[in-house]
Amino acid sequence: MNALKKALGRGEGAGVLPSLIAIVIGLLAGFIVLLVTKPGQALGGFTAILTGGIVDMKSIGQVLYQATPIMLTGLSFAFANKTGLFNIGTAGQFVVGAYAALLVGVKCTFLPGALHWIAALLAAMIAGALWGFIPGILKALRNVNEVISCIIMNYIGMYMVNFLIKETIYFSLKNQSMPVLASANMPKAGLNTLFSTGINMSSLNSGLFVAVIMAVILYVLLEKTVFGYELKACGYNRDAARYAGINENRSIIISMAVAGAMAGLGGALLYLDGSGRGFNVVDVLAPEGFNGVPVALLAMSNPIAVIFSAIFVAYLSVGGLRMQLYEFAPQAIEIIIAIIIYFSALSLLIRGAVASLIAKNRERRGERGNKQAEGGDTQ
Amino acid sequence: MEYIIEMSGITKEFPGVIANDDITLGLRKAEIHALLGENGAGKSTLMSVLFGLYRPDKGIIKKNGDAVNIHGPGDATRLGIGMVHQHFKLVHNFNVLENIILGVETTKNGFLEKDQARERVLELSKQYKLAVNPDDIISDITVGQQQRVEILKMLYRNNEILIFDEPTAVLTPQEIDELMGIMRGLTAEGKSILFITHKLNEIMAVADRCTVLRKGRYVGTVEVSQTTKEELSEMMVGRKVSLQVAKPVRQPGKVILEVSGLTVKNKQSGKNAVDNVSFNVCEGEIVCVAGIEGNGQSELVYALCGMTKADAGSITMNDKNLTGAGIRRRGEEGMAHIPEDRHKHGLILDYNLAYNLVLQSYYSPKFQRAGFLRFNEIYRYADTLIDAYDIRSGKGARTTVRSMSGGNQQKAIVSREIDRDPKLLIAVQPTRGLDVGAIEYIHKQLINQRGKGKGILMVTLELDEALNVSDRILVIYEGRIVADVDAKSVGPQELGLYMSGSRPDGVKKGGGAQ
Repeated sequence: MNALKKALGRGEGAGVLPSLIAIVIGLLAGFIVLLVTKPGQALGGFTAILTGGIVDMKSIGQVLYQATPIMLTGLSFAFANKTGLFNIGTAGQFVVGAYAALLVGVKCTFLPGALHWIAALLAAMIAGALWGFIPGILKALRNVNEVISCIIMNYIGMYMVNFLIKETIYFSLKNQSMPVLASANMPKAGLNTLFSTGINMSSLNSGLFVAVIMAVILYVLLEKTVFGYELKACGYNRDAARYAGINENRSIIISMAVAGAMAGLGGALLYLDGSGRGFNVVDVLAPEGFNGVPVALLAMSNPIAVIFSAIFVAYLSVGGLRMQLYEFAPQAIEIIIAIIIYFSALSLLIRGAVASLIAKNRERRGERGNKQAEGGDTQ
Repeated sequence: MEYIIEMSGITKEFPGVIANDDITLGLRKAEIHALLGENGAGKSTLMSVLFGLYRPDKGIIKKNGDAVNIHGPGDATRLGIGMVHQHFKLVHNFNVLENIILGVETTKNGFLEKDQARERVLELSKQYKLAVNPDDIISDITVGQQQRVEILKMLYRNNEILIFDEPTAVLTPQEIDELMGIMRGLTAEGKSILFITHKLNEIMAVADRCTVLRKGRYVGTVEVSQTTKEELSEMMVGRKVSLQVAKPVRQPGKVILEVSGLTVKNKQSGKNAVDNVSFNVCEGEIVCVAGIEGNGQSELVYALCGMTKADAGSITMNDKNLTGAGIRRRGEEGMAHIPEDRHKHGLILDYNLAYNLVLQSYYSPKFQRAGFLRFNEIYRYADTLIDAYDIRSGKGARTTVRSMSGGNQQKAIVSREIDRDPKLLIAVQPTRGLDVGAIEYIHKQLINQRGKGKGILMVTLELDEALNVSDRILVIYEGRIVADVDAKSVGPQELGLYMSGSRPDGVKKGGGAQ
């Protein structure tokens, strides 16, 4: 954990190389698992998972498409993490956001054109923010551990949305939500045809832009503003933040609400993708919510890095689909993807090592002369 | 000469820093050998080499004349070398006995066999007069007792060479005296002690010989009986240091801070941690709150700064009632605070130096525009403070504060708080854990501020500091101010009596501007 923190602090020294090493180690670990489980098909399966996401334009489009919702849940987790909060409630925030978007998409027929999907996204953000706000306010005012309240909110969210869908926008034939109006869907912006193979178009839409823009906004917010300074101060050291007169309760509440809004937006973008996807009324927590956690950890909670880690995770799952050609069961594929992500995250510890090596070399070269007697007693 | 441990020509280099440069140290049997040096002089590195935590680049370690290789703490333990670290290595929810036997447990058929161990611990604690109760949980006992547990751990492992790393930094004056007694008792029983410190009084009181390091180099070894504090401090710092603080006479001005009837309840026990306290601080005056740790100083300061709410009483600054004001409001009204715990409250260790230097002012128009931080301004301001207050660090304003030495971290806080140009400066143990050079520096800064007409409220556990620096001393005992005396007309003995609660009539003597 310390090594992780150190690596975070030394972003400039470390660069992308250690992350790539981490990913390579993760892939090797995955390959070993394939060898053990099905030696004969291992090479084929491994090639499939590696190339599945980039064989053609459509696959690339699918990767970006699948990356969109987990990019937002990843941002959600990462942002709260910067304030020292463990937002495990992304799944709940995700579904309430999805519901709000679907409700606006189905019911608000009076909204013209582009205003419709914008309103749906805003509704999703507000609903998600509310779902993050509740654990936030409990933590701030009553010091309730946010992990516990977030988990509870996940279940409340899931059952409540299932109930509300049946009450309001139920399509009983398919046991899912009614389809939204066309105007509520995210514009394709030509992305589906750009990323297509022959007549096979990908499902990519402008939701990707929304996610990327959000990542940039959060990055600027955290790194460039007074508000971000306060949030990170609370995350690093709550006592010192308080000492400096920062209202840490306010920071906690806002941070959770913003995190919730991101996850809610992710839910909206998944269901407003224009594919006619309905919300299935089943008692299962949204996996996109939890997938945000590895995405954020792989990115070390850096919003810009979340863009790429989400694409990486989506790339694995698109490639994983192709593994079925080699008779791997979907469950086995999930396991292999999990192992790759797990090892990649673990070996991010390498970042710390590489960063200190770089620093060592630099100091050897340049700063021999003007050394300072600071070595011994630092804490 | 017979040495039980001889380290010669020890050199250890870290990237960019030679932490130990050809250092020689000889420890005789049954002596207390002090290792003196400023922060960053290489004391800890040298001891880590002896304890096997670092491998030296050059040099030999001999035990009883035979060269030995120490590859890790395990080897050190086998050679009979034990260490009490500055931050104790105890399991807080284990009891005393369990901590002592941890790692060397005796077992019978795979089950713990504690009775034998308990007997041995009791025997040792009797022999060396280290009173502890084996069944007490570590988190329930005082810091002084925890230290005894650490010492017992070494004795239980039959260590002969005992390293004490800054053992007095966390102790009250009484506990320090007790520790000195324990150390003498240990040498009387034939143990040899290496005593790392930068406190000259303690060396004069207890050590037989003293080796001085400066900036990673060996300066010399002296017989303590044939040297003076002044000589030692000169060896350590490399120049003459005034141990007495030069302080011009100054007449206190009008009252800046007025506290009346302040009461703060302890949240757990419901008792009054601060009990009906009234005092004032004037312009150009250093008022010191002296007392033994845990008598309500922290609670008093927290209430003054707004970090906890007062249960009764009032706080008035510059004729403004700030009793219910928030932390930031108090700061804006001219209250600055050098906190007791620089890691917990004073700094955000993972922020860089510049970010920490604007911790109290980042939101002012100077450092932000429309909610966006003005990085150019922040770094320019940080550079001026770094120059003006001589804050040393590896990468200047961009250094992560965690990697800075304790003295420079404290300088950063002091510079930040003084540069706010406060009317009242609350300094809580401002020199805790610092070396002579840094202490001198901080004291000078406080007296400068006094010269500029600021009111200063200093909380300290060190009697010398209270007597040397302040104009007026308030003694706090069990949450009450039991004495309010002129610093010039009081001696350490008298203060000691007030501090232990044996003379509860001091307030009547009055002092300062009432």
